[in-house]
Amino acid sequence: MDSLSLVALLRESVPGVEIESAPSLDLQSTLYVSRDHLPAVARTLRDRDELTFGFLAELTAADYWPREPRFELVYIIVSIAGRRRVRLKVRLHGADPHVASVSAIWPAANWLEREVWDLFGIAFDGHPDPRRLLMPEDWEGYPLRKDYPVQIRKTPTSAEPLQMTEEEFRANVMKDRLTRG
Amino acid sequence: MGLESDIPVLTTTVEKMVQWARRSSIWPVTFGLACCAIEMMAMSCSRYDIARFGAEVFRGSPRQSDLMIVAGRLSRKMAPALRRVYDQMPEPKWVISMGACASIGGVFDNYALVQGVDQIVPVDVFVPGCPPRPESLIYGIVQLQRKIDRQKLA
Repeated sequence: MDSLSLVALLRESVPGVEIESAPSLDLQSTLYVSRDHLPAVARTLRDRDELTFGFLAELTAADYWPREPRFELVYIIVSIAGRRRVRLKVRLHGADPHVASVSAIWPAANWLEREVWDLFGIAFDGHPDPRRLLMPEDWEGYPLRKDYPVQIRKTPTSAEPLQMTEEEFRANVMKDRLTRG
Repeated sequence: MGLESDIPVLTTTVEKMVQWARRSSIWPVTFGLACCAIEMMAMSCSRYDIARFGAEVFRGSPRQSDLMIVAGRLSRKMAPALRRVYDQMPEPKWVISMGACASIGGVFDNYALVQGVDQIVPVDVFVPGCPPRPESLIYGIVQLQRKIDRQKLA
């Protein structure tokens, strides 16, 4: 199945979808989807019997600042049964970069979406655990954005807050003593 | 230190004795952060053999160690963990900053890395190189031994 028939199939399955095929050097199918139709398209790609894209291989983003729309999300999905890969892209404006989470459709998206949120500041609506993944949790800014000041010099923190209260610590010690007998 | 008579006895001061004991068995904590750690491992293996200087026992627990070799680049997120390992080491303790990244940030002049571990822990010896060869690190340890030899007890 080539890109054009894939687009035709998706247009038939998801009514009113904004989707287009884009040329790519590596001859891998590249589809641009609008932000609003991403969940429906993703679900169709996974669930249709002739598609069966059950594996999300990669989810990342690119920043084309100062161009608008600034961000492009890239989803690389694989159909193991069909032996195919498809590159799914979503364009996002810099003013309000958010998109629906696909972690309910492909569970592998959970940490990948956290990484994109951490480094690009693209919010994923409906994500089950929307925390930063790589940077410290109190970090300000999104380092992989093109307008981020890379060579900032901030004083490093040498201590981190305790992860449990004193009562919890005592309870753990007591539990440990009891289990040892 | 000198042989006083025919009796097989050496006399010395407590200070010299303690200095000798401390410098002759520096136990580093097993703490590698990046590629410098590979050179550190090479230094501890048979070809370079840091056992010649009494520093071969890499301890898995900081509570049994005297020396922390910060081998590699230190990210900001890792900095509290490094400080915690250092705090768990008993006194007296020493720190070697190994390589360009640990000493000044190296090629990584960016937001993610600490530009010099002396912002986190007090460093005794800086070893330059990217990464330093095992000979350089051995030289650093020998420099540290000289430093320990000069440390007064009181």
